Amino acid sequence: MPAQGWAGERDLAAEGKTIDALGQFELKTVLGPIGHSVGFTQSSAHMLLAVGLITLLVMYGISRQAVVPGRLQSLTESAYEFIQGLVIGQVGPEGKRFFPFVFSLFMFILFGNLLGLLPFAFTFTSHIVVTFALAAIVFVLITVVALMLHGKKFFGYFFPEGAPIWLAPIIIPVEIVSYLSRPISLSIRLFANMVAGHVMLKVFATFIVLLGGLGVAGPFIAVLPLTVNVALVGFEILVAFLQAYVFAILTSIYLHDAVHLH
Amino acid sequence: MPQLEFGNPLLIAQIVWLLIIFGLLYYVMANYALPRVERVLEDRRARIAADLHAAQQAKAEADAAMAAHRESTAKARAEAQAAIAAAMQQAQAEASARAEELNARLARQIDEAEKRIGAARDAAMGALRQVSLSTAETLVGKVGGRADRGALEAAVDRALAARAAG
Repeated sequence: MPAQGWAGERDLAAEGKTIDALGQFELKTVLGPIGHSVGFTQSSAHMLLAVGLITLLVMYGISRQAVVPGRLQSLTESAYEFIQGLVIGQVGPEGKRFFPFVFSLFMFILFGNLLGLLPFAFTFTSHIVVTFALAAIVFVLITVVALMLHGKKFFGYFFPEGAPIWLAPIIIPVEIVSYLSRPISLSIRLFANMVAGHVMLKVFATFIVLLGGLGVAGPFIAVLPLTVNVALVGFEILVAFLQAYVFAILTSIYLHDAVHLH
Repeated sequence: MPQLEFGNPLLIAQIVWLLIIFGLLYYVMANYALPRVERVLEDRRARIAADLHAAQQAKAEADAAMAAHRESTAKARAEAQAAIAAAMQQAQAEASARAEELNARLARQIDEAEKRIGAARDAAMGALRQVSLSTAETLVGKVGGRADRGALEAAVDRALAARAAG
């Protein structure tokens, strides 16, 4: 099953007129035997592409270093100032250290989501291992930062000051679970949004093809799922931005907790 | 669901590639890309601040020049007022001096004239007595009498005194 985009017609031919909404998520190695030997899949290729595009956007956008920015430079600067405002606003002035990390995270997820919307492209943010790995990086980072800044006092985070001591057996497990569930909710939110969106797109795209083949009236009825898909693509672009933003702002909030302990 | 087939070695490979590629992105962003953007933004901020500063300085200079101009105008006006007042005063003093002199001369002339008039009247009065006496002597002679000179003089004097009193 070639993991093409949601509009791939070859899936249908291979599957024989059934709806295969999950084939698009299958990993395939690329770059021939070399890619096969190092497990370099189309997912990794899209990651590299996203990184290349982000680097190009930032480096090329700023290369003219104009005092009065052009369009591309404005885009670069807006992205920079948007994320900087988000990090500084959430974490405070100490957040400046984490800005490159949050910027990379936001851009990586955003470009992953947007690239995945192109036909025949692969959405690496629709893989739970990818989103979980990103969330795990965030989790390790916030824990290490909190331990480095506060040492043992960090563990006081799990028992808020002023709470009655007899509540400790309840509060501490709850706090620990809520802390540990952060990477899980962070990763599943992004993963589920991306998977749901792409499954919907694929299902309606398959409807178009199946209905289109139904005699004379078929192509006319097929306009309906096509309309739905057009609306869905617009909605998915919104979700692409929104999920990248949510990931970045939750990371900033966690960093705030790590730096300030509540 | 292909994402949940954790036995697939490609999933593990994907994590490794993610770490490598995301690490690369972070490295490039943190060390090359973002500092450049920062520098451009910083340059712009500095330039705007410098321009604002220069504008403020220029405004301050303009204000100072304006104040100096206003001050010098006020000073010139005050000087002009003082000069006008002095000239007026001098002119008034001269005019009053001249008027006083004129008054004095006129008073002197009036005095002299009055004295002349008085002398002329006295002379006229003296002459009147002579004329009256000779007239009276002639009249008395014509009438036929022989006039006593002393009585005549006394009568004339009496008549004159009566006239002068009347």
